[in-house]
Amino acid sequence: MNPVNYLYLAALLFTIGAAGVLVRRNAIVVFMCIELMLNACNLAFVTFSRMHGTLDGQIIAFFTMVVAAAEVVVGLAIIVSIFRSRHSASVDDASLLKL
Amino acid sequence: MSHPASVQAVHAAQTVHSLWTSVAAEAPRKIPGPHIEYAQLSPTLIVLGAAVLGVLVEAFLPRRARHISQVVLAVVGLAASFAAVVALAADGYATDKAHIAAMGALAVDGPALFLQGVIILVSLVAVFTFAERRLDPAAHGRPVDSFVAEGAAVPGGDAERRAVKAGLTTTEVFPVLLFAVAGMLVFPAANDLLTLFVALEVFSLPLYVLCGLARRQRLLSQEAAVKYFLLGAFSSAFLLFGIALLYGYAGTVTYAGIAEVVGGTTPTVDPALASTMGNDVLLLTGGAMVLMGLLFKVGAVPFHMWTPDVYQGAPTPVTGFMAAATKVAAFGALLRLLYVVLPGMRWDWRPVMWGVAIVTMLIGAVVAVTQTDVKRLLAYSSIAHAGFILAGVIAVTPDGVSSVLFYLAAYSFVTLGAFAVVTLVRDAGGEATHLSKWAGLGRRSPLVAAVFAVFLLAFAGIPLTSGFAGKFAVFKAAAQGGAAPLVVVGVLASAIAAFFYIRVIVLMFFSEPKAEGPTVAVPSPLTSTAIAIGVAVTVVLGVAPQYFLDLAGQAGTFVR
Repeated sequence: MNPVNYLYLAALLFTIGAAGVLVRRNAIVVFMCIELMLNACNLAFVTFSRMHGTLDGQIIAFFTMVVAAAEVVVGLAIIVSIFRSRHSASVDDASLLKL
Repeated sequence: MSHPASVQAVHAAQTVHSLWTSVAAEAPRKIPGPHIEYAQLSPTLIVLGAAVLGVLVEAFLPRRARHISQVVLAVVGLAASFAAVVALAADGYATDKAHIAAMGALAVDGPALFLQGVIILVSLVAVFTFAERRLDPAAHGRPVDSFVAEGAAVPGGDAERRAVKAGLTTTEVFPVLLFAVAGMLVFPAANDLLTLFVALEVFSLPLYVLCGLARRQRLLSQEAAVKYFLLGAFSSAFLLFGIALLYGYAGTVTYAGIAEVVGGTTPTVDPALASTMGNDVLLLTGGAMVLMGLLFKVGAVPFHMWTPDVYQGAPTPVTGFMAAATKVAAFGALLRLLYVVLPGMRWDWRPVMWGVAIVTMLIGAVVAVTQTDVKRLLAYSSIAHAGFILAGVIAVTPDGVSSVLFYLAAYSFVTLGAFAVVTLVRDAGGEATHLSKWAGLGRRSPLVAAVFAVFLLAFAGIPLTSGFAGKFAVFKAAAQGGAAPLVVVGVLASAIAAFFYIRVIVLMFFSEPKAEGPTVAVPSPLTSTAIAIGVAVTVVLGVAPQYFLDLAGQAGTFVR
């Protein structure tokens, strides 16, 4: 199968993730959409790695996974702390900071 | 397979495949270890080491001893790191010995060392403002700082009351700050896109945490942290996809490798590369997405929306640190990307950056006029300044680089000082950041108002302050680089910006103080030192900028 198809899939997943970030209200879901975008990046990296026959892309995918894991640690901590003080994880409710 | 390129791609893929299968059958080979020049990476390594020690201090020292040991550790670590930068520069790594270290991952050259020096000094001053414990009234007989007693406790809940009563303080902020500094030191020196991404995350993640740790107004602080985190992660996902596309375009993530492919000077073109390097969509989309990620960190319009909210909600010492150091690091990375990786396509990115610089200058200056909160005002002013610096970035000349370096050094100290002054003006609810409360401050506390006025004049770019020298250098470089219209817009935006800076000065000195106005807290020597350093740098760089301009000029060459 032509590896280019995987690139289209990666672009599609990335777009779905980006659209989700923009339209979803719940901070957890927004965050999951961001994770989807990162995984789309991984797919692109691995596909390009195969196309070029170099291993760089696969190594970068591992780095991305570690970074994504670290992001989950920090992100969930922040989201849980705001959920506990507001009893809501909606990004629309958090609107104290305005002009 | 009809397409020759895809046949070659399959061949290449089979090579990878046989690599996996045949290696497993053979006896294990020795993998040569990478050659790392530890001495040249010492600035970053020292800061990281101090951060790790800070974590250990947090784990093993009794609570009473933690604050002082963390402060001393952070100051000593940063000072040692600065000494290492100076030693490297004195050794000639900034000029003729500049080269690429750590197997191509990090550049040790003039801009990298200059910006690392600035970041370390700024962080050192920021540590002083972090450590301040005299501004808030003591809680239950124990001194408290700007940071929450216990970050995990619900605001206003029992757990928080217990934590405050027990006199807990978040001394973890110091190691967290040091981790952020380490990431910032790597960011402008990163010489491949993977290092760039990892460094971005290493300095962003600690900043997200720091934003949510304010002692007062915790809901605002947590909200700022969530906004910063979600938008920051969103933008870094764009950056990463851009990196993936550039990797697909060039088959490598090293800056030099990509620059060769962009410039069409690759010595050997294998067939897989031949099929992708003809694909401009990969290059243009990838370049644009990487730029988006960096412009977000810089706070340029249209990626600026997080700036005012985060600057307002975060604890003020963190805001000062973030506003100063992040900007330096992000502009360093942006410069290296545009000057080392993408000079071959500057006819594509220059018009875009022109547009970004113009809207950034104008929107930053115009929207700042309507602000009523000091921290938000400074946030919008930082957006306008990002636009001014971008004007220097666009001048693709050596002067452009050195003027940006100088501007960043001058601007970061002014910012840090201004936010340090904001921490002093307080009322019963903590910091009094609403502008109306600042009315008549000059009558009540002439010294603090005068110091703040100096910073505002520097922001406005009045002669004899560092702001003027920086703006002059940047606009001169932009004009010589063929961006004269940009200079006109820049001067216009400066005039608009000067209006609201002067308005604050007028408010402080020429209006009657309100009866229930804020008080100006008497700080400990820590904050006083931070403010004094800010004033000193502002005046020295304004009155005698030549030495520092020369220094930036010598440091203005990127290694490739």
